[in-house]
Amino acid sequence: MSIFNQLLSAFFSRLFFLYILSVTASQAELVSGYEFSSEQAKEFQDDDFQNPGFLLIEQGLNVYNKIGDNDQLCSNCHGLNGDQFIPKSIAQFPKYHDILQKPVTLRDQIQHCWVSRLDNFSLEYDDPELLALETLVRNKAYGEKVNVNISGKIKPYYEAGKAFYFTRFGQMDMNCAQCHDIYTGKMLRGQKLSQGHTNGFPLYRLESQKMINLPQRLRECFRSLRAETFEQDSKEFRDLEIYLNARGNGLKIETPAVRY
Amino acid sequence: MSFFMLVKINNFIISCIVVFIPFFPITIHASPDINYIIKDDSILNSRNDLTGDPYKGRELVRDRNKGNCLACHQLPIPEDAFHGTIGPSLHKISLRLTEAQIRLRVTDMKQINPISIMPGYFRSPEKITRISPLYENCTILSAQEVEDIVSYLVTLKSDPFESPL
Ligand code: HEC
Ligand code: HEC
Repeated sequence: MSIFNQLLSAFFSRLFFLYILSVTASQAELVSGYEFSSEQAKEFQDDDFQNPGFLLIEQGLNVYNKIGDNDQLCSNCHGLNGDQFIPKSIAQFPKYHDILQKPVTLRDQIQHCWVSRLDNFSLEYDDPELLALETLVRNKAYGEKVNVNISGKIKPYYEAGKAFYFTRFGQMDMNCAQCHDIYTGKMLRGQKLSQGHTNGFPLYRLESQKMINLPQRLRECFRSLRAETFEQDSKEFRDLEIYLNARGNGLKIETPAVRY
Repeated sequence: MSFFMLVKINNFIISCIVVFIPFFPITIHASPDINYIIKDDSILNSRNDLTGDPYKGRELVRDRNKGNCLACHQLPIPEDAFHGTIGPSLHKISLRLTEAQIRLRVTDMKQINPISIMPGYFRSPEKITRISPLYENCTILSAQEVEDIVSYLVTLKSDPFESPL
């Protein structure tokens, strides 16, 4: 190798090293969507009386206290108004369910109890009662740090979700990482791009003026990419939910958040 | 870092150069409708010798359902309050790029930078994963609309009222 070549390679290797450093540094620093929100959205979120999420939590309590087809109640296991839910455990969803032999999201888990413990008919995936229950339960872990375990049997699902995150979709031909990793903080017209975390879900969207769960948000991202969407309870969106939650491990749960 | 690694990185850089440079002068016949000749980083001629209308181009770059360029770029269009900051500002773009270079960038930026976030406005739908059925087999813009936008960008030469439009 000539001197020139050596200098060149030394230069590029350093550059490469710096690049790796900057990539890992940017990955280490997790920022909640809250920090990227407008003052109006922040105010809305911080005020329990204004935040429409709390209305839904009220409704969630009604559903929570509804007697199931076999005279069982959620409160039989989880206490009055859900005060026996364990925040640390709620913050671990999605997790691998050993009996069902697959990963379950918090929604799946609620659905599972609803059907197998209360003997009810299963709820549609976007049923308002399910959304209300999920908001209620997730809110019980308010302030708890997201803590999804990605080793063991859940690993392949996590990896699939990660691959999905880096796949370009739709006529816009973009992937999630382009908006939520590379151009975070930049403006998309009037909208500041956040890191696309899930710690606020279910959340109230100012734009559509309603509460939504994560798959509903994903469908909207898909629509804006002009891509053929996936079903809300598709394997793809479940895997993605695992990846997205794990990607935000360490962020505090903010349910019900208010976002654009 | 070991010597071995340095060589590897060096090789990597060289192979990038070797692999990517011959990529440019190629002809694309991806779908029957889409064929244009890329030379260096340009597309020299408009398809079928269409002539662009810069006034229409100016509307197309604003239109959210068409170019929506303002989503990512700043342009001298004061009527719109919000301009994106994802891409570089396009003020005075025609001092930096020729018409032919602009044409390739609007047609399909991914021919230049395969990982660009910028959508390929006239990119073959065959290269796209899971396009919505609503847009099946469609490009975002028509060849005429690409020409309209190109002819608008060509007028962007000086600040502050860079465009006579
Ligand atoms: C064209 C850019 C773009 C792409 C591509 C994109 N999103 Fe988004 N996403 C947005 C914008 C804009 C918002 C709303 C503002 C914000 O929170 O960033 C958003 C919001 C979100 C949120 C809510 C964040 C919060 O704090 O409430 C999640 C989660 C999300 N996106 C995930 C995804 C996933 C997963 C993908 C890929 C399937 C994706 N996004 C692709 C632009 C994009
Ligand atoms: C989703 C974001 C996005 C949209 C929408 C977008 N661009 Fe871009 N554009 C970029 C980025 C990012 C670059 C920087 C180059 C790259 O990424 O390879 C760029 C680069 C360019 C360049 C080259 C600028 C230079 O200084 O070299 C031109 C010209 C351009 N865009 C025109 C347009 C036009 C015209 C439209 C609409 C028809 C448009 N762009 C829509 C993101 C976008």
